[in-house]
Amino acid sequence: MDAMSAIKQTFFQECEEQLAELEAGLLAIEAGEAEPDTVNAVFRAVHSIKGGAGAFSLAALVQFAHVFETALDQLRSGTLAPTPELLKVMLRAADLLADLVQAARTDQVVDEGRSQVLIDELNTIGGGLATDDDGGDGDMDGFVFNPVTVGFDFLDSVPAAPAAQSFSIRFKPRPELYAKGNETALVLRELERLGAIAVSCNTSELPELGELDPEGAYLDWSVELTTDKGEEAVREVFEFVEWDCELAIQAAGGAAADAGFDVEALLRSIQAEAAAEPVFAEPEPLALREPLTMAPAPGAAPAADAPSPAAKPGQARGEATAGAGAPQTIRADLERVDRLIDLVGELVINQAMLSQRVIEAGHAPGSAVAIGLDELEQLTREIQDCVMAIRAQAVKSVFQRMPRLVREVAGLTGKEVRLITDGEATEVDKTVIDRLTDPLTHMIRNAIDHGLEAPEARLAAGKPAEGVVRLSAMHRSGRIVIEVADDGAGINRPKVKQLAIAKGLIAADAVLSDEETDNLIFLPGFSTAAEVSNISGRGVGMDVVKRSIQSLGGRLSIASRPGKGSTFTMSLPLTLAVLDGMVVTVAGQTLVVPLTAIIETLQPKAADVHGFGGSARVIAIRDAFTPLIDIGRALGFRAQATDPAAAVAILVETEGGRRSALLVDTIQGQRQVVIKSLETNYGAVPGIAAATILGDGRVALILDVDAVVAETHADATLEPVLKAAG
Amino acid sequence: MTETSKHTRELIAFRIGEQEFCVDIMSVREIRGWTPATVLPQAPAYVRGVINLRGAVLPIVDLAARLGFAPPEPTVRHVIMMAQVGHQVVGLLVDAVSDILSVTDDAIQPTPDVASDMASSFVRGVLAIEGRMISLIALDNVLPTFEPIAA
Repeated sequence: MDAMSAIKQTFFQECEEQLAELEAGLLAIEAGEAEPDTVNAVFRAVHSIKGGAGAFSLAALVQFAHVFETALDQLRSGTLAPTPELLKVMLRAADLLADLVQAARTDQVVDEGRSQVLIDELNTIGGGLATDDDGGDGDMDGFVFNPVTVGFDFLDSVPAAPAAQSFSIRFKPRPELYAKGNETALVLRELERLGAIAVSCNTSELPELGELDPEGAYLDWSVELTTDKGEEAVREVFEFVEWDCELAIQAAGGAAADAGFDVEALLRSIQAEAAAEPVFAEPEPLALREPLTMAPAPGAAPAADAPSPAAKPGQARGEATAGAGAPQTIRADLERVDRLIDLVGELVINQAMLSQRVIEAGHAPGSAVAIGLDELEQLTREIQDCVMAIRAQAVKSVFQRMPRLVREVAGLTGKEVRLITDGEATEVDKTVIDRLTDPLTHMIRNAIDHGLEAPEARLAAGKPAEGVVRLSAMHRSGRIVIEVADDGAGINRPKVKQLAIAKGLIAADAVLSDEETDNLIFLPGFSTAAEVSNISGRGVGMDVVKRSIQSLGGRLSIASRPGKGSTFTMSLPLTLAVLDGMVVTVAGQTLVVPLTAIIETLQPKAADVHGFGGSARVIAIRDAFTPLIDIGRALGFRAQATDPAAAVAILVETEGGRRSALLVDTIQGQRQVVIKSLETNYGAVPGIAAATILGDGRVALILDVDAVVAETHADATLEPVLKAAG
Repeated sequence: MTETSKHTRELIAFRIGEQEFCVDIMSVREIRGWTPATVLPQAPAYVRGVINLRGAVLPIVDLAARLGFAPPEPTVRHVIMMAQVGHQVVGLLVDAVSDILSVTDDAIQPTPDVASDMASSFVRGVLAIEGRMISLIALDNVLPTFEPIAA
């Protein structure tokens, strides 16, 4: 049972890869960038999913995959032209297939009406071809141990081709056949090389599982073969097995069929059935995947010169991935990777400590020991980079979910949208990737719903009816920058301002620059949609997006040009394991202030600092009064207020956009620090976000700027007065 | 030793001031010398701060203060016992580790009925060994209770 669920798990993992390949392939075809093999790769992806789903009796999934596959096959054979309309349907079918896979994985049920609509659409496109298989699909549930029957009746009505001859072959392997290492599948595949074959399997002798002899042979195969090679060639196929099986080869009396349309349809239905009862189609239950590959791939079957479809399951997968040009990868437990990263972090710290000791011991910088240590340092840095790279993932995994989102939102809003992605290979740490999907989803929804105009409005503005949303990623100075740009109307500034005033977010007479106006949309409680729409207005505003990006140590900004569109730019750290910080000293303690929060540092003059009721103080920075927070007192390191003139002020901005000046004793410098959790072995500490380990091996605390500012504001009533002053 | 051997357990005995205590040896990961800890803001007085132990940030609990004695001024002669408490690893600052005891369960006497917080929160029993009294303590409550894990 455990082994089975493990196999199932693997199947779902592979499904994900196949689905990604399917979508990528369809998009490539849509964009006209398809390579000759793309359509085959797409077909293979659906085919593999169908096959695997059959093995796990996922009926709904098999049924839909089958209809989809049939339509894809026609696309592959050229019966259907890859028109934009067709590809739209296919992309939607791919979405549904993904939903079905997800549903199967979580044991849920997808709305049948939805799949029926698409099945009908696909069938309509395919000229009703898929209806040939209805018998097969309908039988699926009760199929398992019944003999497989296929209607051959209409074969006779097909006019005979002169050279082709038709054979009825009955082939019943005995256990010895398998004992000698022969394989039914190979024999059938060999037959398939000769011409079009139709295989049916009589499973009536198959005993109950409990009585099944794993080395026994219970299956009885009937093969209808149409070939121009003659009986000799057919007998040759059985050359090595004829003593170990019951074999009867009969030439059908002149009623030979040509490898035409109906045979192909028949093949497909057999294929469907073979896939639908896979475990039992093979006498040896070991070969779980075998039936999938044993059945000839539709379309490829009649071609005698076509390579045998997928010699081994493994090879088939190999081909599929090779087709997409994916590099070789291994699956590794994330915990192991994290442990490795931890260890390398310790190595770096240890190496730094060692260097310090060597200097303390009085070795000259040019001495052999010092030189050896320098080399060690370079090596450890290199190892650290490599290890960090293991956790790095291309943003592709997030980006490739977006085309689907764009299709859905475009469908809901009635807008025409083209998504252009760029820089998909840009890599960033897995933790960042995992937390990127939600904000990105929201931003793209927003770009389509609020950014782009309706097609008529676009045409009226002299733009193409189809709007463009551009999603791009790039590395810039040690951070990853992701942009979501639309070519819509841009931010309607008068409307934004009016709304902000109506909601009491700004004063009615406030004078704001364009940039300040644009940034109003990030304020909590702001939503530009006049009515709450189904798409963007899910109770999540841009303020939430901004906050979630800031919680990743990132920043979000907007640039908008009226009539030309808006660009949202987020800049994120490459990893959450390290942080750029300013190392400061407060009351003898070393603290780290995250660089993302810092705007500037300054040397306060005594005249700029004003007492403000009780112990609160404010500092005038360029004529704006900013609350001054004495970090030493805020954290309880000392009771006495620090003399501002002898200290340094760090101007910070919280995630909520509030500015405060933090008073610290001295600034030691800037450095990248490795983030260590305090919660693991202790618990949450107010005002402290996490800890880190400095070069001397001591622990330093990372300041939680937001918490410190919030706490200070909570007991000081500075806010309303400041508003009046500012 | 013979018939009760399966109930034998090993304990690590240590000293805080004049008193002796012991904990189950299985919960002790390692013993190291005192290193200055980084002070945590707004922590109880018995939390000395945090230290770096091979890359992990671990809290140091001054066991003397935690048990209600006068906290010592730590010197290089003090030791830290790294102990597993639930899912966490905590450093316990004590004066010195004295020895390893191998005792059977029946040698552990019930806690004397003394009305002290220490007795009810930490002491699980007492041992009489060679005229010494050694209190067996449980470590479940050494760390302060945090909101999320308050149970």
